Amino acid sequence: MIKTDTALPTVQELRKGLAAHTISATEIARSCFERIDSEDETIHAFLALDREGAVKKAAEIDAAAENGEALPALAGVPTGIKDVLTQEGLPATAGSKILEGYRPPYTATAVRRLMDAGAVLLGKLNCDEFAMGSSNENSAYGPVRNPHATDRVPGGSSGGSAAAIAAGMAMVTLGTDTGGSIRQPASFCGVVGVLPTYGRVSRYGLIAFASSLDRVGPFAATVRDTATVLGVIAGHDPMDATSSTEPVPDYSAGIDAGVSRLRIGIPREYFADGLDAEVRAAVEAGIEALRAAGAEIKPISLPHTRYAVPTYYVIATAEASANLARFDGVRYGYRAPGADTLSAMYRCSREGGFGPEVKRRIMLGTYVLSAGYYDAYYKKAQQVRRLLTNDFLSAFKEVDAIVTPTAPTPAFKLGEKVDDPMSMYLADIYTVTASLAGICGISVPCGKSRDGLPIGMQILCKHFDEATTFRVGQTVEDWRAQ
Amino acid sequence: MRIYNEPLTAMSKEHKKTERVAAEDVKRVAELAYLELTAQEEVHMQRDLNAILDYVAQMNELDTSVVEPMAQVAEVLGGISGDLRTDIPHPSLPRDQVMAEAPETDGTFFKVPKVIER
Repeated sequence: MIKTDTALPTVQELRKGLAAHTISATEIARSCFERIDSEDETIHAFLALDREGAVKKAAEIDAAAENGEALPALAGVPTGIKDVLTQEGLPATAGSKILEGYRPPYTATAVRRLMDAGAVLLGKLNCDEFAMGSSNENSAYGPVRNPHATDRVPGGSSGGSAAAIAAGMAMVTLGTDTGGSIRQPASFCGVVGVLPTYGRVSRYGLIAFASSLDRVGPFAATVRDTATVLGVIAGHDPMDATSSTEPVPDYSAGIDAGVSRLRIGIPREYFADGLDAEVRAAVEAGIEALRAAGAEIKPISLPHTRYAVPTYYVIATAEASANLARFDGVRYGYRAPGADTLSAMYRCSREGGFGPEVKRRIMLGTYVLSAGYYDAYYKKAQQVRRLLTNDFLSAFKEVDAIVTPTAPTPAFKLGEKVDDPMSMYLADIYTVTASLAGICGISVPCGKSRDGLPIGMQILCKHFDEATTFRVGQTVEDWRAQ
Repeated sequence: MRIYNEPLTAMSKEHKKTERVAAEDVKRVAELAYLELTAQEEVHMQRDLNAILDYVAQMNELDTSVVEPMAQVAEVLGGISGDLRTDIPHPSLPRDQVMAEAPETDGTFFKVPKVIER
């Protein structure tokens, strides 16, 4: 285990410190690079660093603070970017050999908005290949280790994004969540991770996995910091037709309003067999704290929950098989040498460039979309997706928020599930539901196991009600700090 | 606080082991997906696909005959704009920047091995 109580300030503290000239952005960036230098050989959260760019940006922020200029929302905040998002000038591997050495010629909208808000971008973060995985062991560049226990996984697919926060290497990171890839690693690493509503944050510049499910969201050490970052990256983008024109509220404004008289639903299906006893106890303690803070706790049912993982793996793989068709060795990325026909070049480049899990998902997705199976699998899954979504829409007529464990267990050991894809897929059992329904959520730390492993609570709210997830999350965080 | 006391089975524990995907299906799907699997990969792939599809078959417990398929969450949201942007030409990425990433190029075109096999 490495030291996880980081010396880094929160976004708010940094902002105040910069304005009062008691902290400098350069100093904060330097302390992040020091942590990276001392710990990242073990943790392996970063795949690429931009020391020069970070130092330059930090100096600009310090000069602005020195001159008494108004500082932008994320002035001087050292930030890491999951390597499935593009940042011009830096590599974007998506954790895959097929994109080794690729340098994208443009910057993702979410990343651009962070830059414009004064963030100091440190580099690109390790992840499962094409964001496919729940342990970060599917990265072609080697796994990330959990800073709380280095023989354990950090979760996935945004493992590097979660571990970098837990290890004090960054104050903010961006991740992506298709079936749980922000919430589950946040839970495993004891940090806060946000799943914004589908369409809330632009996907432009995100290397696509499953376009109807993919979302970009922030990680940070505190709920308030994630709320600040979401406020910066959210909002319509003409470059993403699925990005929403819904106005972006001030997420920090009502964050301390508490949960008095808030109706919180506890879905029975999430407290069934397979839930680790310590996770259950920690989440139940958190629910008790919410009740004590004035929330009305209501048992509810989301009856189609058990069909979510099967549904997810049909829809996500079908979309992935189409999205990953673009990796063909022609325009960018890896091309296998020696093939003498175009068709052989495609096949050999893809065979050599993709790892086992990506191939498995391309195969499954191609199979469920192929003639004769489309109705039985893909259409069926789309129908069950509607039933799952209706479960949530009905529940949100009765309750304002839903609270569940984020993952059925704390972080598992490296190697424990790599040979059994089904058991790995079940690590997402509590997160894929919200992914399919497009609703928003957050994972906040709510306890630790006897072995000191973090346990996360998932808070889900209806479409575009991120503000309530932050409010409930802040209440849990305040209870934990007592 | 303890909300639920009685155990509830959320997941079916037993899945029928059926061979939905045969060895020739693996070859056919790999061809469609432009993957050149090794013989060993084919064996593993057949095993894994069958295990996953057995699990996926749980969906068949549900009668969905009157349920409309849902491809995109946008259709249940009012908030996402269905408006398409105006079709105005914008400059594309500069050719030299794009070609800089190509595995093989003459500067103007992407070069590939021969397309037509004789």
